[in-house]
Amino acid sequence: MSARETFLAEAAKRILITDGAFGTEIQNWKLSEADYAGALGLGHDQKGNNDILALTKPEVPEAIHRAYFEAGADIAETNTFSANRISQADYGAEDLVREINAESAKLARRLADEFQAKDGRPRFVAGAIGPTNKTLSLSPDVNDPGYREIEWDTLVDVYKEQAAALVEGGADFILIETVFDTLNAKAGIMAVRQLEQELGREVPIMLSMTLTDLSGRNLSGHTVEAFWHAVRHAKPITIGLNCSFGATQLRPHVKTLAETADTLIMIYPNAGLPNELGEYDEMPDTTAGFVGEWAVAGQVNVLGGCCGSTPAHIAAIARKVAGLEPRNLPRLEPVTRLAGLEPFILPA
Amino acid sequence: MTATSSGSRFVNIGERTNVTGSAKFKKLIMAGDYPAAVEVARQQVENGAQVIDVNMDEGLLDAVEAMTTYLKLLAAEPDIARVPVMVDSSKWEVIEAGLKCVSGKPIVNSISMKEGEAPFLEAARKCMDYGAAVVVMAFDETGQADTKARKIEICKRAYALLTGIGFPPEDIIFDPNVFAVATGIEEHDRYGLDFIEAVAEIRAACPHVHFSGGLSNLSFSFRGNETVRRAMHSVFLYHAIPAGLDMAIVNAGQLDVYDQIDLVLRDACEDVILMRRPGVGEDGKTATERLIDLAESYKGKDVVAEKAAEEWRGWDVVKRLEHALVKGIDAYVVEDTEEARARIFAAGGRPIEVIEGPLMGGMNVVGDLFGSGKMFLPQVVKSARVMKKAVAHLIPFIEADKQPGAKAKGRIIMATVKGDVHDIGKNIVGVVLQCNGYEVIDLGVMVPWPKILEAANENQADIIGLSGLITPSLDEMVTVAEEMQRAEMNIPLLIGGATTSKVHTALRIDPAYTGTVVHVLDASRAVGVASQLLSDTQADGFKASVAIDYEKVREARANKGQSDLLPLAEARANRFPADFALKPGAPAQPGLHVFEAWDLADLAEVIDWTPFFRAWELAGNYPAILTDDVVGESATSLFADAQAMLARIIDEKWLTARGVCALWPAHADGDDVVLEGGTRLPFLRQQVKKSRDRANFCLADFIDPAGDWLGGFAVAIHGIEPHLARFQAVHDDYSDILLKALADRFAEAFAERLHQHVRTTLWGYAPGEQLTNEALIREEYRGIRPAPGYPACPDHSLKPILFDLLRAPDNAGIVLTESQAMLPTAAVSGFYFGHPQSEYFGVARIGRDQLEEYAARRGVDVPTAERWLRPNLD
Repeated sequence: MSARETFLAEAAKRILITDGAFGTEIQNWKLSEADYAGALGLGHDQKGNNDILALTKPEVPEAIHRAYFEAGADIAETNTFSANRISQADYGAEDLVREINAESAKLARRLADEFQAKDGRPRFVAGAIGPTNKTLSLSPDVNDPGYREIEWDTLVDVYKEQAAALVEGGADFILIETVFDTLNAKAGIMAVRQLEQELGREVPIMLSMTLTDLSGRNLSGHTVEAFWHAVRHAKPITIGLNCSFGATQLRPHVKTLAETADTLIMIYPNAGLPNELGEYDEMPDTTAGFVGEWAVAGQVNVLGGCCGSTPAHIAAIARKVAGLEPRNLPRLEPVTRLAGLEPFILPA
Repeated sequence: MTATSSGSRFVNIGERTNVTGSAKFKKLIMAGDYPAAVEVARQQVENGAQVIDVNMDEGLLDAVEAMTTYLKLLAAEPDIARVPVMVDSSKWEVIEAGLKCVSGKPIVNSISMKEGEAPFLEAARKCMDYGAAVVVMAFDETGQADTKARKIEICKRAYALLTGIGFPPEDIIFDPNVFAVATGIEEHDRYGLDFIEAVAEIRAACPHVHFSGGLSNLSFSFRGNETVRRAMHSVFLYHAIPAGLDMAIVNAGQLDVYDQIDLVLRDACEDVILMRRPGVGEDGKTATERLIDLAESYKGKDVVAEKAAEEWRGWDVVKRLEHALVKGIDAYVVEDTEEARARIFAAGGRPIEVIEGPLMGGMNVVGDLFGSGKMFLPQVVKSARVMKKAVAHLIPFIEADKQPGAKAKGRIIMATVKGDVHDIGKNIVGVVLQCNGYEVIDLGVMVPWPKILEAANENQADIIGLSGLITPSLDEMVTVAEEMQRAEMNIPLLIGGATTSKVHTALRIDPAYTGTVVHVLDASRAVGVASQLLSDTQADGFKASVAIDYEKVREARANKGQSDLLPLAEARANRFPADFALKPGAPAQPGLHVFEAWDLADLAEVIDWTPFFRAWELAGNYPAILTDDVVGESATSLFADAQAMLARIIDEKWLTARGVCALWPAHADGDDVVLEGGTRLPFLRQQVKKSRDRANFCLADFIDPAGDWLGGFAVAIHGIEPHLARFQAVHDDYSDILLKALADRFAEAFAERLHQHVRTTLWGYAPGEQLTNEALIREEYRGIRPAPGYPACPDHSLKPILFDLLRAPDNAGIVLTESQAMLPTAAVSGFYFGHPQSEYFGVARIGRDQLEEYAARRGVDVPTAERWLRPNLD
């Protein structure tokens, strides 16, 4: 069976669990500049370049993946959120993009296989692709709304380089996550399509949007439903929301998505909202309680955590939803689904 | 979600943004006037277009460049970008370039089998990868489908090919070609009917597809006769829609209602389009000839243009005044008010009745809409501007009438307390209260308590409202409350402003005064609070509930068991261990730098707009706020007004940005920073016990005891007064508040820009820094600029030291009040720390031990230090 088929078969049985935050977990290791930099001899400071740890301190991402699998995760998301040419250029590490992604995926693959061998339960590796810090839809210059910092073709190439290395390292899926600009996500989809043509096989896509305001839009201004219309052509294996807010703020938007998308829903919110000190202090059982409500309401297929979540959060979520029925996929009418910033449906 | 708001299945596609269809649009694009071209799209959407067709196919134009430029500009306009785009070109390269700029799910218009199956399918596959629906022209290798049979044959073939590669059938839109009828050529007579019949048959044979058509071809023979063309289009649609036509490229603002077309014309059009009377009739003419004859009599007439543009101007004057108030339109208010006055006068009434009747009636509508969340502050302030203009017109008449005016709902004294100069929030509250029938006596800013009490007594005020923005104002409010108590007053006291809080009000102000004290969170709550306080029936209950509420706050506070404080020595031992190997080098240009008039246009580029909207109580971040479901419309309108005023401020040089900064050799000595020359700047250290491994920060931690550098700055926006006076003279609160809010933004932008100049040039530790405005707002640069009176450095009384060092009164024209507020009001000052590890933090609560030590270091007595640090001691 292909990874897509296995994943769909597992998702039909139960609510699957993806992992939690990496950044906050890595902080607990209190790594020094030397830990980050390793022996690569790069010119720039590497402290804070979490993704490079796959090359310089692989025991760190390995331990975190292990902790999440032990907590009950079915999916490991590779530690590659910023492992693209644009973000790595800030660290002078842009020439290591292939290596970082391939090694990160290998590492996650090795652990996934190890855990799968132990109990026979399939484990999956999602190759994580972040949005980069450039946006295709917005001008950074208020006086020149037509200006763009980056062009489509460049971004497609950047994403393709990363996706290719993740697949090379053994990722089952490409997870285009924290989508603040819908057009960036569409470029990501195009990159994976091109990669599929080169490889001559399917590379399933997971998509996860991030909301930037409570009215339920992302930074480029798309509503949840408009986003779904804009990316449905990716035939994503999962679509969902991550980051931005805690579970309570996401509730109405999860419901909308669950009703309008005819594919699996994956939600991994932050552990609440940060407190005055910028720290996440929502307790695991609290988070699990919130996301558990979606499971009970039959609105989700995959759950996990984003910023501030820990293995304890993931374990609590896994316990909370164990035995609950996964969401049934709605059957959608074959109507034309268009979108500007808002959805527009042509009736049949 | 239905396709159209009118309930019809038919989709209007805006076609004025098409250079092949609109001469005006073509002219704008050829001239490179993109802003005006964007307005064309806006009009289309406002007129009801549900999809925008964009076409740049013009021989003299670089169509790829024009298409991408235009689509990127549309993406920046949320009220246009909310609808899907139709990327329209006969060249695939133009379409593909367009698809790379469109973020939703667009429609491609069009692809066809003109060049054969392979290129057709390749284009279709790309449309799938970009995520676009597609218009398929009924065109094959041999040419365009003209007859019904050809249309059906080609569309069926295309359908089979597309679904064969997995193209979703619901994303296929066929355009079976609308051709011109009534050309005088007999073979053309069936074209309209053929189209309609073909649509019905293709629809039956190809499930889920849609149909589109370009209507303007149909009436091509009647170029120049808009009346006939519009009638033909409407008649065609009337019959084609039931057959299956879903959408048409049509000017949404220029379609006639079928039922309202002149019956004779409508019949003639139907005869032609539907071939109802083929051949030559009894009159010896064909249907085409009859329509041509008839068309002569419609030449030059334009039914739509006859429709009055501003219909509301024809309404009754009372209704007109209400409309003007609700919409905030001040253009006709004086003449309408005069008309109402004259009418009432003629009926034996008095001028005051204009206020009591139509004007208050209109303002009540505004109040209700605001109260129910259907109107927002900027709109209400605009309404108030209209109201004030109307009232100003009436005042001479009322004075002449010499009879007492209407009794207001209540009289409220408002003041920004002594030492504080901030009044945007207070003015907004005043406007909202006035809109709701309260009389507001505004004493202005920096008002000492005796003046407040005196005004309250003289005017027999029902309520006093105090406002303040800086922390020392909190103490001053307590003083006012204490003095009201001493004077044995008992009228309610309202507290508002950015640093005020329910907790502070309950803990410090309420106990000082036996009358009712209420903290008012924002302007929208002010009316509810005032009306309950002054209600005969609700006042007692409300006062009791506030009292109970505040008692609870005090109890909760008493039982809270505040977070543990470390002894000062322990906090100091847990100092932040900055790595001084990383400290920036000596400045490229040390010493003092004075800027007499920084370019306002440059500052406008780095304005952070989010706080601007917050000042107007519109919640959300810029630019997302412009498209927010709830406040988006209001925010967009406010933003447009702000941009217009911004342009005038810059072009007409209303304001001057003056600033000064300096970089001094310095070293840390304990928690003090000592400058070369001996000036000592004492800073405060966090004492709250930290979880995890966070340090107890103090700003001095970022300065090397072995020798380092520290900077300081003060900037201000001058010249606002004559403009405010101008606005006040015409009772224009809206512009008054707008200008103040913009001046504040300019001051903040100046601080941002000057800091950047320091980093890249004067200090020069980040010469290559290149940050977008968003990155600047997110503070993604090296170093910080904490301001005295803000969390990292809460003692406002450091400002005089900073100002002395900078000689800020001379160099930047800024002076301090006794509470250390800066004048002019739009001003920012602070210190520069260049260390890459320096970060913002809040000192928060400190212990007695630090207070006493700090007082000694600062050279003041403990009670003085206590007064300045009050917020950090609770």
